[in-house]
Amino acid sequence: MAAIELQDVRKVYAGNVEAVKGVSLSIPDGAFAVLVGPSGCGKSTLLRMVAGLEAITSGTVSIGGRVVNDLEPAERDIAMVFQNYALYPHMTVRRNLEYGLRNRRTPAEEIARRVDEAARILDIAGLLDRRPGQLSGGQRQRVAMGRAIVREPAAFLFDEPLSNLDAKLRVAMRAEIRRLQRRLRTTSLYVTHDQLEAMTLADVLVVLNAGRIEQSGTPMELYERPASLFVATFIGSPAMNVIPHGAAVAAGLVPQGAPEATLGIRPEHMRLVEGLAASGDEAVVDLEVSGVEVVGAESYVTGRLGSSAVEISVRVPGHSRLEPGTPMRAAGGRAAFLRFDPQSGARISAVSGA
Amino acid sequence: MPKAVFPNRLLPYLLLSPQIAVTLVFFYWPAVQALWQSMLREDPFGLKTTFVGLQNFSNVLADPAWLNAAWTTVVFSVSTSVLSMGTALLLATAAEKVLTGKAFYRTLLIWPYAVAPAVAGLLWLFMFNPAMGTFAYMLRDAGLAWDPLLDGDQAMGLVVVAAAWKQISYNFLFFVAALQSIPRSLLEAAAIDGARSGKRFRTIVFPLIAPTSFFLLVVNTVYAFFDTFGIIDAVTAGGPARATETLVYKVYTDGFVNLDLGSSAAQSVILMAIVIALTAVQFRYVERRVHYG
Repeated sequence: MAAIELQDVRKVYAGNVEAVKGVSLSIPDGAFAVLVGPSGCGKSTLLRMVAGLEAITSGTVSIGGRVVNDLEPAERDIAMVFQNYALYPHMTVRRNLEYGLRNRRTPAEEIARRVDEAARILDIAGLLDRRPGQLSGGQRQRVAMGRAIVREPAAFLFDEPLSNLDAKLRVAMRAEIRRLQRRLRTTSLYVTHDQLEAMTLADVLVVLNAGRIEQSGTPMELYERPASLFVATFIGSPAMNVIPHGAAVAAGLVPQGAPEATLGIRPEHMRLVEGLAASGDEAVVDLEVSGVEVVGAESYVTGRLGSSAVEISVRVPGHSRLEPGTPMRAAGGRAAFLRFDPQSGARISAVSGA
Repeated sequence: MPKAVFPNRLLPYLLLSPQIAVTLVFFYWPAVQALWQSMLREDPFGLKTTFVGLQNFSNVLADPAWLNAAWTTVVFSVSTSVLSMGTALLLATAAEKVLTGKAFYRTLLIWPYAVAPAVAGLLWLFMFNPAMGTFAYMLRDAGLAWDPLLDGDQAMGLVVVAAAWKQISYNFLFFVAALQSIPRSLLEAAAIDGARSGKRFRTIVFPLIAPTSFFLLVVNTVYAFFDTFGIIDAVTAGGPARATETLVYKVYTDGFVNLDLGSSAAQSVILMAIVIALTAVQFRYVERRVHYG
């Protein structure tokens, strides 16, 4: 077990394309850190630099207090789970699990012990003599994890390991990965583009955008106190409502001449109100229903704000039967509105209760 | 497999007929002719033909010259296949590592395949001709008594190199494709698993390209058996002292030079049996090959 430290890590590709622009991050021993961001934000590159599969242009990566910049992947004491599992197709599951240990000349009894234990933990004991081609996606995923855990490494690296699974299995495996990590207490770095996966797995959630860290912290910190508009809209589903300054003034949300700011409010912080039933510390907007999404226990009603193109979602309990085109009125607590700098996207308002 | 349905019942047969005609005229008819011819004996002037049954076959199989040619063929085929496949695999792995101008190198490496066998043979003949070949001078300067016109082993070496050189391109293409079909992440996983590049090649790459290698082995053997006639004819004409006379070359000399048509036909029937056996082995193996995924 070991902490992972990244100090001002950069990656510049040929042609001066900067993929990672100075990332500093410290993952405490035993923590589960998730890198999340849109595609092309540099999250996979960063992970591959930690793994040693990609050269580090500048900065340092250390694992367990040891700078690993110039070490081979094999010498970094890490194990990685790949998106396509990367199981060796010509070897049985047992051989797949043994491969890394055999290469390290681990004694045979020790190999057998670790393989059996991993097989028991992951419930793949019955598959040991099969080949990867004979396994289902979920089983392959387990074997890939097994190959990582038999090594008993200082850190696990996960490169979008669940994105090839169907939705139901993904949720199940997500929970399993979390449970396994809690049990083994191995420092983990996990890359995903799925913010829900990131929210549910992470101890430390790191949002990357265009090669830089936008914000890092616990999932709820990022959810409740996003440092920027980017984080605010990326974390949370459905996304936070964003109201540009002009539309906010036109809708009467902010007085004329107020300092320019983009407003953001989450759908669950708004409610539909009849007439003028809103309380004093609530802001009220008039919307025209443009769509209704029923997700089961609740519905998200989307409405257009005045004559602008801005759309606002409101969470409504139960099954909403509003028809598109009908007018509605939504209210949200004034404290729930976050204000962001329209140029830089940085949050300007303090968050109440923070 | 989706089934195509033709509106006219005759049309599919019509479309197939040119190919069928070509196959019948140029493959089946000669094959049947050879089968029939192999059981006949003709006098030197072609005036009288006698049916002799399997006499030609027993003569051929007992003939020390034929056995010598069979052994020469084995040596030649194995050397050519090993040399051309080994070099091609080496080049293919090297070409994978090239960062700039990949396409350029590949094109250059594929070029020799377009050279006709006889031309390839001549090329090597000139380069290594004891009297005027540049390489012959270099070899002699290096202290080697280079004379493929008298030394059978040197002659064999020369035809093997010439034949292999021509086949490298073909093998190279297949190896490049096979190497590219191995997912990068597999090699990365192996690197993390502590396998250095030599070990990765032995334990991951080589087993995964094994089906391609086996396919190439059969293709190269068949090539060495049959398609190298032009090279041998141009470079050594089977000499010196039959040191480079392969089975297919002997079919030619016995039939078209010595005009022993019956024996020549019997020999080609035996060759046909060999290629059928080789192909059968290949199909059995390819069907059973490991399935990836």
